[in-house]
Amino acid sequence: MTVASMEPEKVVEKKFVIRNKLGLHARPAALFVRAANRFQSEITIQKGKQKVNGKSIMGVMMLAAGPGSHIIIRILGPDAQRAMTEIEKLIDGNFGEQE
Amino acid sequence: METFHGIPVSPGVAIGKALVLHSEDVFDVAKIEIRTEDIPKEIVRFEESLTKTRSELFGIQRKIAQDLGHEHSDIFSAHLLILEDRTLIEDVFSKIKDERVSADYAFALVIQRYFHAFSQINDEYLRERIADIKDVSRRILQNLRGEKKDSLVHLKEEVIVIAHDLSPSETATMDREHVIAFATDIGGPTSHTAIMARSMEIPAIVGLDRISKEISNGDMIIIDGNRGITIVNPDPVTIDRYTREEKRFVELVTELDKLKSLTAETLDGYRIHLTANIEFPDEIPSVLAHGAEGIGLYRSEYFYMNRSDLPSEEEQFEAYRHVAEQLAPKPVVIRTLDLGGDKFLSSLEVPHEMNPFMGWRAIRFCLTRTDVFKTQLRAILRASVFGSLKLMYPMVSNCTELKQANHILEEVKKELREGHISFDEKLEVGAMIEIPSAALTSDILAREVDFFSIGTNDLIQYSLAVDRVNEKIAYLYEPTHPAILKLIQMTINNAKKAKIWVSVCGEMGGDPAMALLLLGFGIDQLSMSSFALPKVKKTIRSVTFKQAQEIALRALEFTTGEEIKQFSQAKLRAVAPELFED
Repeated sequence: MTVASMEPEKVVEKKFVIRNKLGLHARPAALFVRAANRFQSEITIQKGKQKVNGKSIMGVMMLAAGPGSHIIIRILGPDAQRAMTEIEKLIDGNFGEQE
Repeated sequence: METFHGIPVSPGVAIGKALVLHSEDVFDVAKIEIRTEDIPKEIVRFEESLTKTRSELFGIQRKIAQDLGHEHSDIFSAHLLILEDRTLIEDVFSKIKDERVSADYAFALVIQRYFHAFSQINDEYLRERIADIKDVSRRILQNLRGEKKDSLVHLKEEVIVIAHDLSPSETATMDREHVIAFATDIGGPTSHTAIMARSMEIPAIVGLDRISKEISNGDMIIIDGNRGITIVNPDPVTIDRYTREEKRFVELVTELDKLKSLTAETLDGYRIHLTANIEFPDEIPSVLAHGAEGIGLYRSEYFYMNRSDLPSEEEQFEAYRHVAEQLAPKPVVIRTLDLGGDKFLSSLEVPHEMNPFMGWRAIRFCLTRTDVFKTQLRAILRASVFGSLKLMYPMVSNCTELKQANHILEEVKKELREGHISFDEKLEVGAMIEIPSAALTSDILAREVDFFSIGTNDLIQYSLAVDRVNEKIAYLYEPTHPAILKLIQMTINNAKKAKIWVSVCGEMGGDPAMALLLLGFGIDQLSMSSFALPKVKKTIRSVTFKQAQEIALRALEFTTGEEIKQFSQAKLRAVAPELFED
């Protein structure tokens, strides 16, 4: 068995408030989706009752998460923790926007 | 023969064959059922169309980056991500599999669901993105059908392009040699199609409603860009009439072209300056070609439109510097941010207003959002060492605003000095006179600035209480209303007394008959669309200053705007009959 090479399935969940000036739906959507697609895990974003696939540009735009939005990001899969760390960096760094 | 009326956005007459681009119906795809064994084939077909679309978009992105710079090509990054969207792709796959329908139908169905969802979202930025998604989707569908697209890339003969609307990806790759006119269903004077037509100097009409559906490929068409009329399959008499008109228009343009290097000087040697109004740096070639003595109004709003973030100081600096360098040593007057009202600003959360023309806009906005204002002022000041820049504040309604704006400008200058960043210490600052209160107190305002620029479009709207986009009251929008002429005269007189120069930068300055009156009132500079310049120059060169003064004073004796209009037209015809086509 090659269990050693396999990371266990994991669920990581975290709440965020979108604080960058543009909101998640504009240019940051492309940054988010590009980052999300680098990981194997499933990534969903939830705002209110609406849930979208974090790897889909159309989905992320459609969530219309403007500044001040509260969102929940749920990641399921072998690289969930690493994916969350990466996404946290993006959101907390306001997607590289200069203030 | 059939006639359609639209909005003329670029002058001239063109007669030729129609080339009809995709209409909106491209998304109305007939339902085609397929056999189970054909499912894999449809899936492959869909994947191939995505691959093909991707390589096309890369090509366009490269071309736009070359022609217009990277910030413009950036919008295609989102286009490209749509092609990789697994959710969308899987949706299409499952439609093909579960409902056993063609890839075209499946894709059209899925994408229309997205259009619908996007149009429901109350976010202006996202609603604008529908146009981008449509652009990509249209390409995907055309690739699925094996349809020829980019039909504008290689043209064998001259054509008049008819479309629902033209997208940047179409105009960027267009064969400019062979396109002689545009006509579109939607759009306004500032739409992409209009701007493109003016920079190419070909006639164009927008807002024709259903033209893309009424006209077939190869139909003979006349585009009358002077009047906004499109005639389909005209009779021989009409063709003859327009052929002559087209010829006269070309002759007039050639004749006026000779004036290019001459000054705008009256017969008795009184000299004024004629400058151009621009919105985009790529209009500069046209400005220079028409012999403008500078730019009297450089609108800076485009930086803020159709985007979700704010333009950086660097981005603005580069554009201002480019314009300053291209025009040097000729002067360029930059109007600071004039947003609100009819212009949309996606990056700033400007609340919806009941009465935006009287709302939080222009200098009012800038004095509150000093961060936005200062960024622009820094960019202008830094660029000022690369040519002859001036700046002016829009929508000034009282002296306090002017003092506050100047105070902020001084702060920015101080910051620059402390940072050892050079700028033109003598940079002239002006106020736009476009609100009646500003015109009436122009004697007071004159103490705070180096020049005035009268914005007639807004001055007319505010003085006569006429919303200029409301068709029902369009008849009240009278540039020759005695009240308007009196306000202009007063402003010019007050400028003279204070020994500052004064210009007119609204539509009025580009109308030869009005130019005659403004000259008579003693205006120092007229700024207009560059294509209007030669006719105005011809007018100025056809009269003596004394004659113009008499005409202007006479005009003030009439009681109605209509009388003044008739009078000034008649006077123009008397002094410059060459300008009249019949």
